[in-house]
Amino acid sequence: MKIKLNGEETTLDKDSITISELLALKDVKMPDMVSVEHNGDILDRDKFDTTQVKEADQVEFLYFMGGG
Amino acid sequence: MDDIILKLPKSIEVALIEHATSLTPIESCGYLSGVGETITTFHPMTNVDNSPEHFSFNPKEQFSVVKEVRNNNENILAVYHSHPETPARLSEEDIKLFNDPDPVYIIVSLKDKTPEINGFKVIKPNKNEIKIHKVTIIII
Repeated sequence: MKIKLNGEETTLDKDSITISELLALKDVKMPDMVSVEHNGDILDRDKFDTTQVKEADQVEFLYFMGGG
Repeated sequence: MDDIILKLPKSIEVALIEHATSLTPIESCGYLSGVGETITTFHPMTNVDNSPEHFSFNPKEQFSVVKEVRNNNENILAVYHSHPETPARLSEEDIKLFNDPDPVYIIVSLKDKTPEINGFKVIKPNKNEIKIHKVTIIII
C-alpha cells in the first residue's frame, strides 16, 4: 500500500500496519516520546498499538519536544 | 563525528535574545529552520509548561510549524529554549528529554548581563549511551 508519511509518498509491503509497527519500521528508537498525527488527528499514545494505517492514509510523527 | 557547524544570521540571534528576554522568567522556546547548515527562519513556539524551569512544545503547534517548514522547502535545523537563570548548558532534564537526533539544541542563557548562546547535538545510539557534541555557531 501507499501512504503519505511526514509528507512523503511511502510504499509499504503490507495492506495494513499499526502505528507502533510503522514507528518500528522507521527505526524510531523511543516511540513513547513521539507524537503521531493520523489523517489529521493527534493520536493518544495508548492507541498506537491498535490504530491501523491503511492505503492512502496520512501519518505524521515527530518527537515530543521539552526540557528544562 | 565531524565538527558540526550552524550558521545563524545576526538578525535571528537578536530575535532569539529578544524573545527570551520578553518572556523571562518563563523559559522561551522555538524552532529554527533553514537549508543546509544555514538558519533562515525563527519560529517562536508556545511553552505550554509556562515555567521558569521547564518547557514543552504544544504538539498541535509543532505539527503545524513542521508542515509549514516543509512547504517552504526548508528543514528544521534547531530547537531553541532559554535558561533564564542558568548557563547555556544542557540540563539533566534536557539530556533526558532530547530524543530527536536531528536538530541542534540551542540554549540562550540570560544568566549574565551579556546573553550566551550555545548549541549541542544529542545522539542516543541505544538506551544506555548518550553522546553530546558541541556545535559551532557562526553568526553571519
